[in-house]
Amino acid sequence: MKAHVVSQSGARLPRSDFQAMRRRLTDKLATCMSWLAMLIVVSVLGSILWTLLKNGLPGLTLTLFTHSMGAPGAGGGLANAIVGSLLQTGLSILLGAPAGLLTGIFLAEYGAESKLARSVRFVSDMLLSAPSILIGLFIYMLLVEPFGHFSGFAGAAALAVMAMPIIVRTTEDMLRLVPVSMREAGIALGAPRWRVILFICVRAARGGIMTGVLLAIARVTGETAPLLFTSLGNSEWSLDMRRPMASLPVAIYQYAGSAYQDWMQQAWTGALVVTLGVLIINIVVRVGIRGGRT
Amino acid sequence: MDGSAEQSAVAAAPQITRRWDGDSLFRTLVVLTGISVLVVLGAIITIMVTGGWKAFSTFGPSFFVTAVWNPVTQHFGAVAPVFGTLASSFLGLLIAVPLAFGTAFWLTALAPPAVSSVIGMAVQLLAAVPSIIFGMWGFFVLVPVMAHYVQPTARHMFGHVPVLSALVSGAPFGTGLLTAGLVLGVMVVPSITAVMRDVFVSMPAVLRESAYGLGATRWEVMRRVVLPWSRQGVVGGIVLGMGRAMGETMAVTFVIGDSNHIGWSLFAPANTIASLIALEFPESPAGSLKLSSLMALGAILMAISFVTLWCSRVLLSRGEVKAGKRS
Repeated sequence: MKAHVVSQSGARLPRSDFQAMRRRLTDKLATCMSWLAMLIVVSVLGSILWTLLKNGLPGLTLTLFTHSMGAPGAGGGLANAIVGSLLQTGLSILLGAPAGLLTGIFLAEYGAESKLARSVRFVSDMLLSAPSILIGLFIYMLLVEPFGHFSGFAGAAALAVMAMPIIVRTTEDMLRLVPVSMREAGIALGAPRWRVILFICVRAARGGIMTGVLLAIARVTGETAPLLFTSLGNSEWSLDMRRPMASLPVAIYQYAGSAYQDWMQQAWTGALVVTLGVLIINIVVRVGIRGGRT
Repeated sequence: MDGSAEQSAVAAAPQITRRWDGDSLFRTLVVLTGISVLVVLGAIITIMVTGGWKAFSTFGPSFFVTAVWNPVTQHFGAVAPVFGTLASSFLGLLIAVPLAFGTAFWLTALAPPAVSSVIGMAVQLLAAVPSIIFGMWGFFVLVPVMAHYVQPTARHMFGHVPVLSALVSGAPFGTGLLTAGLVLGVMVVPSITAVMRDVFVSMPAVLRESAYGLGATRWEVMRRVVLPWSRQGVVGGIVLGMGRAMGETMAVTFVIGDSNHIGWSLFAPANTIASLIALEFPESPAGSLKLSSLMALGAILMAISFVTLWCSRVLLSRGEVKAGKRS
């Protein structure tokens, strides 16, 4: 009976005890390798987090958040970098979120499977994973070279180019989940299409769209490469976005490559702050998704 | 289906109100924003190519085949950084793919569900860690280990074996191609694992259950049922990781050693397109041939990464079509 079933399915199943043993050994071996791979991955990633905590926690003082960057040994903090990061990230989201939202609406509600929509979707996906340093170069040529100086605005623009595709993606996905019957109900009430989209569909999907915005914030906060050539970094307190502006990742990059003990300490602490921020946003998003589903 | 039902409903709605037409205005706004995405990419391509034009026209085709990067003689070529980019990403994948596959296998077939969801979530979270953190970890933790333990041991063991000796030659700085590959590998493991886990899970449970019902072992189910079914998705995820590795700047810049050099040695310092741009850009005045060469390199990187992304997208979307048909 068993042999019959086996031959029909075409799978290679045991003909002898030897083969059965070999199969069991292969399975054991694969299981071991798999455990090994998992342990390596978990321990390496754990080692990264542990290094971060071990080196970053000792420097986590109030001074870090109240003082601007200073000369080595002068007891400076990272306040201007943190504020610079917040400002640039904030402005980039202000620029990127509406554009991403509208593009997402276009893809989900108007474009659907038209040729234009398909190419917009494709290009947006390309931008989503385009090398971030190239976006920095692009904004440099566009907003820095013509004006002759680095600026916080340029940094925010580069980050906006990175943030937008994420928001496009999530907005489209979330709008597609809104049931057709809700749109039909709106249209039946005589609402124009734009009101149906903005006040029914977007409202119904607002949790998911917020998720996208949060993920974009998390992604953009940790980006260094696009800021190197756009906002450059600034060691002084400055809220003027027309001038070069400090940011946490660039400050980390500058400090980590230095030879001064206290700068290196601040680099680690800054790295810890950035990572915690990014991880907390991601955890909030995930918990939020889970809470939304139930 | 969604769209057509809705469109017919809209077409059927009588145009009672003839006041200020918000609909067409909104539509125009939305379409224009959509087109702006195309414009951004077009502008990126245009700026890279025009910015690199001076280098392309000065050196001609030889730009693509010379390995010189000499700011003093104003002679630049793309081969070394392109080699470094490809080699470090390849090494990274060589490390990341088995680890990611093993972890995904463990998560989907071996781990108890509760543990699996916790570790799966942790791995996904780590995909969001900024790349500069991986760079710092590589620089402060991995580089000393490589310099003090791995490189001397490797040289001691393989230094006299004919072919392998070329691979392990070079001073034990700790930085170099292999270190960059390791850091890139560690960096892309979480995202590749996440993709693999998703495609493995997306396979209809019936297939898995029938295979188990026939008496197949867990490995046989993976090898002969899950993998063939999800092959395209797996490859798509790997290519996606490769795209990420090739365009990575910060993680590599810390550990690659920055030397314009092509060779067999895994321990020799090298550079990648992204690391070269990050390190050399501040010393390239506007309008100089060096800046133009960096832009030309950027154009090459963009071409490489777009081809990669395009491949991954084709593979992943085919996987999706398949999942849709079978489930």
